[in-house]
Amino acid sequence: MLQISNWWIYDSSLWLVAGGTFLLSVSAAVVGGFTFLQKRSLVGDAVAHSILPGVAIAFLFSGEKDPWWLMLGALISGWLSLILMDYLNKRTKLSNDTAIASVLSVFFGVGILLLTYIQQSASGEQSGLDDFLFGQAAAMRSHDLYIYGGLALVLIAATIAFYKEFKLLSFNPEFAQSIGLPVNFLRILLNSLMVLAIALGIQAVGVVLMAALLITPAAAARNYSDGLRAMLWISALIAGFSAITGTLISFSAPSMPTGPWIVVCLSIIALLSLFLAPGKGMLARMLMQRKHQRKITDENVLKAFYHLGERQGNLAAWYGLKDLEAVRDFEAGVIPKAIRRLLRKGHLLRQSERYQFSRAGLDEARRIVRLHRLWEMYLNQRLRLKADHIHPNAETMEHIISPEIEAQLLEELDYPERDPHQSPIPYRS
Amino acid sequence: MSVVNQGYKGAVLEVHNLSSSYNRKPVLWDIDFRLEAAQLVGIVGPNGSGKTTLLRNIMGLMEADSGYVRLFGKNLNEVREKVSYVPQRESVDWQFPVSVREVVEMGRYRPKNLMKRLGAQDHDLVDQALEKVGMLEYAQRQIGQLSGGQQQRVFLARALAQNADLYLMDEPFVGVDAATEDAILKVLSDLRDQGKTVVIVHHDLQTAYQYFDSMVLLNTRLVAYGPRDKVFTRDYLQEAYGGRLTVLSKLSQVIASSEFPVREKGFKEKSGLGDAAD
Repeated sequence: MLQISNWWIYDSSLWLVAGGTFLLSVSAAVVGGFTFLQKRSLVGDAVAHSILPGVAIAFLFSGEKDPWWLMLGALISGWLSLILMDYLNKRTKLSNDTAIASVLSVFFGVGILLLTYIQQSASGEQSGLDDFLFGQAAAMRSHDLYIYGGLALVLIAATIAFYKEFKLLSFNPEFAQSIGLPVNFLRILLNSLMVLAIALGIQAVGVVLMAALLITPAAAARNYSDGLRAMLWISALIAGFSAITGTLISFSAPSMPTGPWIVVCLSIIALLSLFLAPGKGMLARMLMQRKHQRKITDENVLKAFYHLGERQGNLAAWYGLKDLEAVRDFEAGVIPKAIRRLLRKGHLLRQSERYQFSRAGLDEARRIVRLHRLWEMYLNQRLRLKADHIHPNAETMEHIISPEIEAQLLEELDYPERDPHQSPIPYRS
Repeated sequence: MSVVNQGYKGAVLEVHNLSSSYNRKPVLWDIDFRLEAAQLVGIVGPNGSGKTTLLRNIMGLMEADSGYVRLFGKNLNEVREKVSYVPQRESVDWQFPVSVREVVEMGRYRPKNLMKRLGAQDHDLVDQALEKVGMLEYAQRQIGQLSGGQQQRVFLARALAQNADLYLMDEPFVGVDAATEDAILKVLSDLRDQGKTVVIVHHDLQTAYQYFDSMVLLNTRLVAYGPRDKVFTRDYLQEAYGGRLTVLSKLSQVIASSEFPVREKGFKEKSGLGDAAD
């Protein structure tokens, strides 16, 4: 049983295809990183669709699926679409997105037309419509794969060679022009690399899904890095991993398409990255917000205990939760949780449902009240806000002020004794 | 500090009969002036008076309808390494994944070191530039994490790393804090004292007088240029900031909305003769 379900792993054509899709995906991801940063994702998608008529015409010309002919056709038709988009954008009143959409649909429409013709008339070596639309990775012969893989390596090498210039061109093209870099040459080069990457990539995933191969790895990788070099490495890694995983999955069952599986893997990684990436992901940000919210609640509870103590003239007394509500309105249900956290941190002591500051808790409460009153002082003295206006403005600031800012505040205000409401400012006992 | 002799006696920057249009709308009409070396020059004028367009024309970033620009008596392409351009801060995406250091390194890129890595000397110059603007400790930060003032300092450091003789800056004082304003001004004054020339597009009249040695007062046409006391007069300021040139802007509208050319064909070649014939 084990043998039967595992035999496909040792299939040599599987690893050939995996290696091919790996190179194609990685090269598309590396070049696509720049497309992504130049905010030209839609242009990439349009070029991918626009390659279809070129491929079809090349096939009609050569009468077979010769990789060199197909690449040539793809390059010409991809470049034509780029030039046309640029021209429509500059010379007509069409907006950028309209120009992109029109070129995409016209080229794609012509491509489908030609493919339909080919399918009805071609004899002998039949090329399926689906192969071009959704990729033909699994059907590739080793000879083709060597050519495509070699071209992919050339593409990666060219991007590395011009890395420095492409970085500047994508970040600040006007500056590049001002220092006399051959900006037009670099633009044409980078565009050509993009068209070539797309032309190669459609062998693996097809015209329709090509934009995913170009853009998704960079979009996912951007969540993990603030540096271009690291971003490109990570996106190459993501693309390569997805290519191999996608190929393995598609070979594990009969007549499963390789290209779509690669794209599915890519998309899953990209989605997970958006949610889970450390620091920038949505989850990390949600956790951060919750942490801040809890800190604010905890500090407000401590502050309420302190105010209570001030009113009763005894900071060391035991108070119940009912007393707390007399000082400040809290959202329903948050107090018990905050109390539990404060007990765990050792900021409060408990005795039969009554609470008292611990020494650390009292210090912490003093710090919060001090920051609040210092800030009120600052607003009053420096911003000339009236004493009766400053309280709501000062609220929440005490949770944000760092020790450095506190030191600066103290210095600027010269260690005041009392705040604008004449309440004493508590320093360390 | 010793004053470096630039060894160049003529005008550092000469703008000759320059006319230019933006989106087919004429924004500069026949601008004509010369700037001497070793001064801080402000290009001053109200919003939409063509200040940025003038700078972009000088840097060859857009094509003039007529006229020409000479830098150190030569064409821009012959003296690129002596000229540094600082674009407006808002002209780039600050979320771009590069560090402060990488941006300043761009000031060392040259057409002749295409595809090559920067050398040790380049890295030293980058360090020095970062130190001069007080950004060395932020060198590894991603540029999006900086404040507006710090971002402007990064752009200034990139210009310093270029080690040029003429600096052209587009609104370097917009959206910066007081500390950065002082720091930038200090760096620019040092450059001037070393015999370098700094040309700054600036829209704020309040500060213009105290910042600059000379001024080019602009409002679509050249109102006045020269030492600040000569330019900063009630009459000139009134002329630049006061009444609009209603007829001119109406004409501009017509040119922009219809298919009229801004300059007639053949005018460029014969402009000398035509002027003489007048």
